[in-house]
Amino acid sequence: MHKALRIGLVIVAMLLAPLVVRYLPQNQYLMDVIITTLIYVTLAIGLNVTVGLAGLLDLGYIAFYGLGAYAAAIVMHGGAAQAATAGGPGFWLAIPVALAVACIAGLLIGLPTLRLRGDYLAIVTLAFGQIAKLSENNWDWLTNGPQGMEVAKPVLLGHELRSPYLLYYVIAAIALLTWACVRNLNNSSVGRAWVAIREDEIAAGAMGINVPKMKLLAFMTGAAFAGLAGAFFATKSGFISPPSFDFIETVIILAMVVLGGMGSLPGVILGGVILAVLPELLRSLPGILNLEGTFDITPYRMLIYGGAMVLIMFWRPEGLLPEAHRRRELHGATAESETGTAPG
Amino acid sequence: MDWGILGQQILNGLTIGSMYALIALGYTMVYGILQLINFAHGEVFMIGSFLGLGTLALLDAAHVNLPIPLALLVAFVVAMAGAALLGMAIERVAYRPLRASPRLALLITALGLSIVLQNAVMLIVGTEDRTYPEAYTEALIDGFDIGAIHISYQQIFTLGLALVLMTLLTILVQKTRMGKAMRATAQDPMTAGLMGIEANRVIAYTFAIGSALAAAGGILFGLTYSINFFIGYQAGLKAFIAAVLGGIGNIPGAMVGGLVLGVVEALGAGYVSGTWKDVIAFGILVVVLIFRPSGLLGERVAEKV
Repeated sequence: MHKALRIGLVIVAMLLAPLVVRYLPQNQYLMDVIITTLIYVTLAIGLNVTVGLAGLLDLGYIAFYGLGAYAAAIVMHGGAAQAATAGGPGFWLAIPVALAVACIAGLLIGLPTLRLRGDYLAIVTLAFGQIAKLSENNWDWLTNGPQGMEVAKPVLLGHELRSPYLLYYVIAAIALLTWACVRNLNNSSVGRAWVAIREDEIAAGAMGINVPKMKLLAFMTGAAFAGLAGAFFATKSGFISPPSFDFIETVIILAMVVLGGMGSLPGVILGGVILAVLPELLRSLPGILNLEGTFDITPYRMLIYGGAMVLIMFWRPEGLLPEAHRRRELHGATAESETGTAPG
Repeated sequence: MDWGILGQQILNGLTIGSMYALIALGYTMVYGILQLINFAHGEVFMIGSFLGLGTLALLDAAHVNLPIPLALLVAFVVAMAGAALLGMAIERVAYRPLRASPRLALLITALGLSIVLQNAVMLIVGTEDRTYPEAYTEALIDGFDIGAIHISYQQIFTLGLALVLMTLLTILVQKTRMGKAMRATAQDPMTAGLMGIEANRVIAYTFAIGSALAAAGGILFGLTYSINFFIGYQAGLKAFIAAVLGGIGNIPGAMVGGLVLGVVEALGAGYVSGTWKDVIAFGILVVVLIFRPSGLLGERVAEKV
């Protein structure tokens, strides 16, 4: 199929999705699952820039999401930690602020880590992630501490976007924007520089790539999308508190990236969808199979979730939809012919 | 400045730090050989703690009226042996099949396994906090004063046992054949293999020893604090940071890193504020790594081109 046609079909499907869901049973819940999935997909695409393309293992990624969410919430409150006021600047102003805050945070975290390699880099980002979460918890005057903050809904043309159907279009736009940006970066000199750094930093530097600049750019790009997603998460859920931005969330997003196939855009989207939908699917599975009442799956949900992560890695260590050249690396020359025509 | 308070905080820090150090050793030994951050290690610590509690509870339920030191010894032996088996099983089932895979795949497996173990324990023991039987915790709660510093028997016991275990480990790694094989494999697995060292056996031993140490840390933890299925997460994170602080892959580094982290935390809690103590600990980690990118005792490894 022609590429433009395929992309067009995806966009049309995304536009029409709420209209279809409306006629399904439990449509509000379904919409909620779809929105959450799109948030995770955005985050997975963003983390894929840092980890998958540039090869910088970032274990504090969720901090950018949290900073975006808090920046948006504080802006919408007009800077106060108390309840949201109707007169404060709205969501649309909060978006650029959240974006800027996340970018600056990405720069600040990126700068000192330029000297570090591999797992030391990972651990410093992990420490930064924890510091961000603990600060959100402790800065009562700004963030209202552990009690969390209430956040208003976005207002468009005088209408409050309360319904999940309308909020869906906001996150769908954010996810599409993220996807388009990363896809184009991927095919640009910047994307190639990132991949070169991932494969061999010294060789990349010798070829004239400005390694520190490209690394910072990777951190900031990943952070920016997380900030966007965070701002949306704040307004969508109407309430944010520090536990939403725990280390375990970074782990889940990282699992999406690795499971789908690091560096491969379709892969990380698939990984994001699977890991976001799986817990919900497990929740409603007994209902679907008409086994309601006979077997309660709830306590086993996370057990199955963790087990699925392990099994997928056993089955496909390179991820579900890996980049073509990574697949060749792992499976040798035999896979060369079948992947030879796939885009890189 | 009140030197008594300072001394007390340092002592408290060394106590919790020696628990971190015991767990950190498992991280660092596995990392030294496999370059794997074994995220399931925190859960081994947690399961070790529960094994100790279970053993003590069983002894009480069966009315085996052992003297307290003997009962504790039984608990340590059971928990450490159980954890060693668990560690070896984890390596055999989850990590060995993936040894040739990309390192991040292994990392995700470790994370998935950690979720599985945590939830399996939750299903068995429930979500509520548990405490060790009072007979044991109360026997250790008393202590004595030296000047303004109060030293509890629990602190002496923790520090003493940690010291003994670390000494044993050092002897094992430095003086025995298996220790030599472990060091050789960590340095260069391929050459070690060519010299007739069986990598699989060495790796299994490494997991067993690291897990047993974590279980010992788990019982020491349980004798002081209440435990639940979630303790492995926080303790594992702290211990991992201790391992990196000292220089990951470096055994004395893990010990030093654990103690330093414990003391920094205690001083932060005592002199700055309890809510900011973790921020201080993480901040120190960042500062240390920026100025010494391979940890306090880690060697600066030349980049191979």
